[in-house]
Amino acid sequence: MCFVPLTSMERLKLSNVANGQLVVVHAIEASDLRVKLLEMGLVEGKQLRVLYRAPFGDPMAIDVEGYVLSLRKDEAVLVDVEMQDVAQ
Amino acid sequence: MRIALLGNPNTGKSSVFNMLTGLRQKVGNFPGVTVDKKTGHLTFGGESHEIIDFPGTYSIYPRSKDEEVVYKTLRDPTSADYPDAVLVVLDAANLERNLLLFSQVYDLQLPTIMVLNMSDIAEKRAKAHNLDVLQSHFPEATIVQTNARVRMGKNRLLEALQGLKERKGHCFHPKGLVAAMDDRSAQETETTERFEKIASLLKSAESTLDKHAKQSKLDRILIHPVFGYLIFALVLIVMFQFIYAFAAWPMDLIDGAFASLSGFVADSWPSGVFNDLISQGIIPGIGGVLIFIPQIAILFFFIAVLEETGYLARVVFIMDRLMRPLGLNGKSVVPLLSSVACAIPGVMAARTITDWKERIITIMVAPLMSCSARIPVYTVLIAVVIPNRTVAGFMNLQGLTLFALYALGTISALLIALVLKWFVQQRAKGFLLLEIPELKPPQWSNVGNVVWEKVKIFVWDAGKIIIAISIILWALASYGPSGTMETAAEKTRSICMEKGLSKEETALKVSSARLEKSYIGRMGKAIEPVIQPLGYDWKIGISLISSFAAREVFVGSMATIYAVQNDGEDHRPLIERMRSERNSKGESVYSLASGVSLMVFYVYAMQCMATLAVVKRETKSWKWPLIQIAYMGALAYLGAWIAFNLLS
Repeated sequence: MCFVPLTSMERLKLSNVANGQLVVVHAIEASDLRVKLLEMGLVEGKQLRVLYRAPFGDPMAIDVEGYVLSLRKDEAVLVDVEMQDVAQ
Repeated sequence: MRIALLGNPNTGKSSVFNMLTGLRQKVGNFPGVTVDKKTGHLTFGGESHEIIDFPGTYSIYPRSKDEEVVYKTLRDPTSADYPDAVLVVLDAANLERNLLLFSQVYDLQLPTIMVLNMSDIAEKRAKAHNLDVLQSHFPEATIVQTNARVRMGKNRLLEALQGLKERKGHCFHPKGLVAAMDDRSAQETETTERFEKIASLLKSAESTLDKHAKQSKLDRILIHPVFGYLIFALVLIVMFQFIYAFAAWPMDLIDGAFASLSGFVADSWPSGVFNDLISQGIIPGIGGVLIFIPQIAILFFFIAVLEETGYLARVVFIMDRLMRPLGLNGKSVVPLLSSVACAIPGVMAARTITDWKERIITIMVAPLMSCSARIPVYTVLIAVVIPNRTVAGFMNLQGLTLFALYALGTISALLIALVLKWFVQQRAKGFLLLEIPELKPPQWSNVGNVVWEKVKIFVWDAGKIIIAISIILWALASYGPSGTMETAAEKTRSICMEKGLSKEETALKVSSARLEKSYIGRMGKAIEPVIQPLGYDWKIGISLISSFAAREVFVGSMATIYAVQNDGEDHRPLIERMRSERNSKGESVYSLASGVSLMVFYVYAMQCMATLAVVKRETKSWKWPLIQIAYMGALAYLGAWIAFNLLS
């Protein structure tokens, strides 16, 4: 069996995270929207939970430690996150 | 003293504003942007002080042109609205994100008050804040706790304003507020650093904390792929029922009151030009403005309730994906659907769309939705040219035609949105970073304020233009080149005398003859060559021009031209008369081809000065209303021409 470092295996885009999953923000990709995402509280190390998605899977709603933020897939793609607990 | 009021959206900022100022508010403009500037007054220390409500924002660094107003006003001491003190409203349930804006404002070195507004949700979450910790990080700020929903904390706020702390240069961020308005990378660094500091201070400032929001059971239904849309449809049906059921009688009342007022003036004042101007120009003009108030008030009552409860954010959430391919936004849904009642509140409701491009597209296509003023035009024309028979077993052809006209308007609106998507330029890409607030009961005083404010904006800002155009149209219809109208009137009178017609019939014929010779009659004749390819004659031309006052004027204008009685509700004499109208070749003027062509024309043409006035008001420029007249006019002409040629 080959060894895959855990960190790289668990890192993914927020847009691909399943509902109910708890993740931590790793980085926001450079773009015009970066500062806006930061201002909404999506800073590195922030814990997020994907709550639900609109019909057709877009936009999605996430819990940003106490408030619910909705963002489009195009916007969620910019957020790199790490899985926190797979059980949830 | 001038006080600026700032805060994130959904913090209870407008409740704080209303608590401080009551109804002593007025709406003006910030220069150069489409944001309303709400100002109010409050009295303390024996003096009146001005308080300015800035648009809700998450950061002092702007995301859109409209948000630049906060940055520009607060960073430039020479700006017209530069404040002497700043109130920043923070939602106590969500301190972390709210503290970003507060810490930025604090670093501006203006006397600053932190308004910790306790929402019911914050109380429910049992969040207790260690105010000493907050105070130690913002030593030069005054911290005041309020619960504006129940009007608690007003006195504490007034005390704080009277004892403002002097600024001595303390900054939250070691470097202060440094980034330029368009320097994104500096803003990114600064924002990250601020949040790091905020996170560490909150560790000690917040005691108990139920940190995580959950999806409530109600939410699960509201955004459900089936029930979500069903509930939204139901909400809309209820809304329109209310508008049709409750707007009708105040509208009739206003209509009747102004009709009798102008009748009273016409009869009791000395006759002459001044009398005519007042009784036929100004009074109907004012009536024409006030008639829209019931619809605007009811529609905004509903929109405000939906917004206050947080339901509107759910609607945006489930509609966004469907509207986006059309260059629209989840928030475009309410303005577009409102336009089925009346485009005026629809265009005004587009203000909730923060993205400029999506907002402009919404405003541009809203008048294509068939509004209630088109109904009388459609019903008369359908009755004239569409046979009343059953097709496909159970469907009434007339009803089907009416449905087709509505469908044509709606589909065209969506298609034009798609086209405009390619033409409207924008610097930045549209985005939807939208907070979904928790569901809560509406605060009625805020709802009342929204309704009052919207009605006021319409009456003052759009009303001026509407009355001016009404007077112009009145003048065009009541005057003609010297003496020609009088000669024609005399001639008609003597013909009627010879024929022994009754007084009423004579009066009808005389006004018809006068209208024909008036400037508007001449304009109708002048445009005849242009509208002939559509199947219209100059009489229809007159009605098209008069319709500019409002589409339903078509019916009244037709009645005057054909000299038939028309008492508003009963259109039968007019319909009979139009059916029997023949042209010089003995063909029916209102054939299936010309009738449908006329209906298509009314689906598309921008014949509503009130809407144009509101579009000008909302976009702060004549450019957009002019483009609107042009493109809708072109569509109307082309559509009518195609319809006429296909059917004849």
